[in-house]
Amino acid sequence: MLRVIGKRLLMLIPTLIGLSILLFLWVRNLPGGPATALLGDKASPEAIANINKAYGFDRPLIEQYFTYVGKLLQGDFGTSIVTGRPVLEEFATRFPATVELAVVALIFAIGIGIPLGYLAASHYGRFWDHSSVVLSLIGITVPVFFLAFILKWVLAIQLGWFPTDGRQDPRINATHVTDFYVLDGLLTREWDASWDAILHLVLPAIALGTIPLAIIVRITRASVLEVQGADYVRTARAKGLMEKTIRGRFVLRNAMLPVTTTIGLQTGLLISGAVLTETVFAFSGIGRFLRDAIFALDYPVLQGFIVFIAVAYSLINLIVDVSYGFIDPRVRVQ
Amino acid sequence: MFPADSVRKGRSAKNRASALTAGLALSALVLSGCAQSNREEGADSGSEGVDGTFVFAASSDPKSLDPAFASDGETFRVSRQMFEGLVGTEPGTADPAPLLAKSWESSEDGMTYTFELEEGVKFHDGTDFNAEAVCANFDRWYNFSGIQQAESQAYYYGMLFKGFSDNPEAATYKSCEASSDSQAVVTLNKPFAGFVAALSLPAFSMQSPAALEEFGANESSGTAEAPELTEYAKGHPTGTGPYKFDGWDVGNQITLSANEDYWGGGEPQVTDIIFRVIDDPQARRQSLESGDIDGYDLVAPADTQSLADAGFKVVPRDPFTILYLGMNQQVKELADPKVRQAIAHAIDKEALVSQTLPEGTKVATQFIPDVVNGYNEDVTTYEYDPEKAKALLAEAGYPDGFSVDFNYPTGVSRPYMPTPEQVFTNLSAQLGEVGITVNEQPNKWSPDYLDRVQAGSDHGLHLLGWTGDYNDTDNFVGVFFGQEKPEFGFNNPEIFAALEEARQVSTLEEQTPLYEQINEDIAKFVPAVPLAHPAPSLAFSERVESYPASPVSDEVFSDIKLTK
Repeated sequence: MLRVIGKRLLMLIPTLIGLSILLFLWVRNLPGGPATALLGDKASPEAIANINKAYGFDRPLIEQYFTYVGKLLQGDFGTSIVTGRPVLEEFATRFPATVELAVVALIFAIGIGIPLGYLAASHYGRFWDHSSVVLSLIGITVPVFFLAFILKWVLAIQLGWFPTDGRQDPRINATHVTDFYVLDGLLTREWDASWDAILHLVLPAIALGTIPLAIIVRITRASVLEVQGADYVRTARAKGLMEKTIRGRFVLRNAMLPVTTTIGLQTGLLISGAVLTETVFAFSGIGRFLRDAIFALDYPVLQGFIVFIAVAYSLINLIVDVSYGFIDPRVRVQ
Repeated sequence: MFPADSVRKGRSAKNRASALTAGLALSALVLSGCAQSNREEGADSGSEGVDGTFVFAASSDPKSLDPAFASDGETFRVSRQMFEGLVGTEPGTADPAPLLAKSWESSEDGMTYTFELEEGVKFHDGTDFNAEAVCANFDRWYNFSGIQQAESQAYYYGMLFKGFSDNPEAATYKSCEASSDSQAVVTLNKPFAGFVAALSLPAFSMQSPAALEEFGANESSGTAEAPELTEYAKGHPTGTGPYKFDGWDVGNQITLSANEDYWGGGEPQVTDIIFRVIDDPQARRQSLESGDIDGYDLVAPADTQSLADAGFKVVPRDPFTILYLGMNQQVKELADPKVRQAIAHAIDKEALVSQTLPEGTKVATQFIPDVVNGYNEDVTTYEYDPEKAKALLAEAGYPDGFSVDFNYPTGVSRPYMPTPEQVFTNLSAQLGEVGITVNEQPNKWSPDYLDRVQAGSDHGLHLLGWTGDYNDTDNFVGVFFGQEKPEFGFNNPEIFAALEEARQVSTLEEQTPLYEQINEDIAKFVPAVPLAHPAPSLAFSERVESYPASPVSDEVFSDIKLTK
C-alpha cells in the first residue's frame, strides 16, 4: 500500500508540470491585465505600462513562466497584486473557512445521500424511489447560486431562522486559535461562538452540498440496484443468510465502491461550487477569494490557486484509491 | 421474492424517513430559536443605553492600513476613523476646514504655508503629535522611492505633488520646517492652489513617526516586482483619530474601538466599529434587512425607495460626481463638432435622470458639480431638441444619420453610474430618435472596459464618470481634458494649456475666472456630453438617528447618533 502511495505521489510531479504550463498560458491569455484592475478608473496608460514593467508582465511568457516556477520551487508563491500579501498567507487565512464549509456540506451530502439512495433502491419502482429520483434530478438541475439565493431569501431573510451571511456574528468577540470557527469555540469553551459558527454554516452547506447529495443519491441507488441483482447476492439469499447480513456485508459494501469514487470527485468539485456559495453568503473562504482574483486578473493568486487545486485533486484521488483498499480487499492485492 | 419481508422493510424505512424529516424540522426550529436569542443577547452594551457596536458593510477589504499607499474608498473609510490630517472638511461640504492644524496662512506668492497646530494631541501609541511629526510625514511622502512611487501605491502624492525627491525639479513640494512645536512651515517648489484642499485627503493623514519606524512602514518588503504590505500596513496603523485599530481578519472584518484619550474630547455613542466585508450589493441589502449590519454605502437606486418604505433610514450624499457620454474623435463622424453638438441636442437629460438615476441626482451642464470652484452659471448648454439635432446631422453630411459603436460597462456599479446598462439603453433609444444607430458594445468593467476605453482607440461613444476626491476643479476637468488621451482622441493645445495654467495659479480667487472660461471652452468644443451629477445614498437600520453624510465621504463615525 505504501508503495502505491509513493508511486502516486511521484506521478504528481509530471502532472503538475503539465498543468502549470497549460494553465499559465491560459491565465496569461485572458483579455486585459491586472494593471487596469489594480489602478481602477483613475489610471493613466503610462501608469499601466509602468505596472506591467514593474511586475514583469511585459516580458516574454516563457521567461515569466520560468521565473515563476523557479520561485515556486523555493516555496515562493509570489505576492497578490491586489492585496499585497503573500499568496500562501492569503490561502492560509482563507483555507480553514472553505474546509469547514466543505466538510459540513459533505456530511450533509453523504449523510442524507447514501441512506436516501439506498432507500430508493430497496423500494425500486415505488413511491420512495420515484420521489428520490425526482428530488435528485431537481438537485442536479438547480444552479448553486439560485439555490443559495432561495435558501437565503426564505430561511434567512423572510423567516430569520439563520444568519444571512458571513462566518460568525461580528458582535460575538470570539477568540480564534485554528481559524476553524466551530472548532475554535470548542477549544476555547466559547460555546456561543461555536454555535453561531454552526448556524452560519447551515445554509451555505446545504447550497454547496445539494449537487453532491443529488449525485450520491443517484449513484448509490444505481449501484445498490446493480449489486442487489448480482449472482452472489442471490446465492447468499438462497443459502438462507440473514437479510441483515446480506444487505450490510454484501450489498452495501460492494455498492460503496462507485459511491466512494463519486464522493471523491464531488469533493474536488466543491471548490467550484464554493466560488458561488461563498459569494452569495459573503463567506470569506478561498472560493470568494478566487472569484476576486479572476475579476482582478491577480496572476500570482490565480497561478498559486491552480497549483493548489491540482495538488488537492491529486491528494483526494489518492485518498479515494486508498479507501478502495479498505472497502474491497481485491484492490489491496493488486 | 419475499413480499412479507419487503413490506416490513418498507414500513420501517418509512418510519425512519419520517423520523428523519421530523428531526430535520426540529433541529431547524431549535437552531432558529438560538439564532435569535443570540442576537438579542449581543445587543445591550455601550453607554446611554445604546448598543455601542456599529457594524458597517464594506464592499471589500481596505487595500492597506497605511493610507499614504492607497487611493480607494474602502481604505479611506477605515482610515478616516483612525487618522486625521492637518486639514479636514467642513461638515456636509467638500470645503477644507481646520483639523489637526488650527489655522494656516500662505505667503503672497503661494509658495509657503504656515500651519498652526493643535496642541496636546497624542498619537495612539502615546507619542506627541507636533510640528516635527508633520514634517516627518511630508518628508516620508517626498522620499518615496522605487515601487512606492507607482500609481498603485502613492497614487495621490504622485498625482498632486508631481514628483519625489529623486526628481526635485518636477516636485511641487520642497521642504518642511518645524519652527516650533506647534508651527510647521511647508515650502513649495511651485504654486499649487489646491494644496490645502488636497491635504484633506486621507492619503495625507498624519501618522505616528515612531510607529512608522517601528513597524517598517517604509521598508517595502518583497521585491520591486511585487511589493508586499509592510508590517505597519497590515496591522499597526497609528494616528490621532477618535478610533484605534483593534484587528483585521482579512476577508471578514476590521475592528476599531474608541480612543479614550481622543484630543477632540466627547464620548461617541459608537464605541466599537466593525467593518464587515460583504462584496455583493444584494447581500449588503439583505444583511441590513435581516439586522446583521447597521448600514452600508452605495445603495442601488432601485432599492432606495423600498428600503425607505420598509423603515430603513436612507441618507443621500450631496452629489459630488459627474457622469458623461464620451465621444472618441478618432471616429470620423465624431470628429465633426456639428455631430457632437447634434448628439448633445439629442439627449433628454431630464428623462435620463428621472428614469435611470437615483433620487437627488442633478442634471449636469458642465463637468464639475456646482459647489466646485469655477462652476459657470452661464455656460453654453444644448437643450433637448431632436429636430435641431437632425438638422445639425444633415449639415454635417449625415441626413440619414450614421451608426457608431457605443461602449458601456457591465457588472459594475459606480457612485456616478449605478446602473450602466439602463443608462445605455435609455441613451441609445434617444440617439435612435435622431437617426444615430448604435452598435451595442458591452464590456466587463474590469479589466476589459477601462482598457478598451482609456487605453485604446477602439471605441466610439462610451459612458464614464468620476467622483471628486476633494474640492478642486483640476481634479475634475484636469483629469478629463488636461492632456491628449485615447479616451477622447482629440488634441486641443489651447484647452490643455489653459488647464495647465489654471492649475498653477496660486489663489482660488484668481483661479475662478480661468476655470469659468475653461468650462465654457469645453462646452463649446463638446468633447463629451455632461449628463448628470448622480447622488449616491447610504442606508442604515432604524436605530441610526443621524449620519454625517459628506459629498466626499469624509465621515467620522463618532458623529453618528443612535437611538438604541
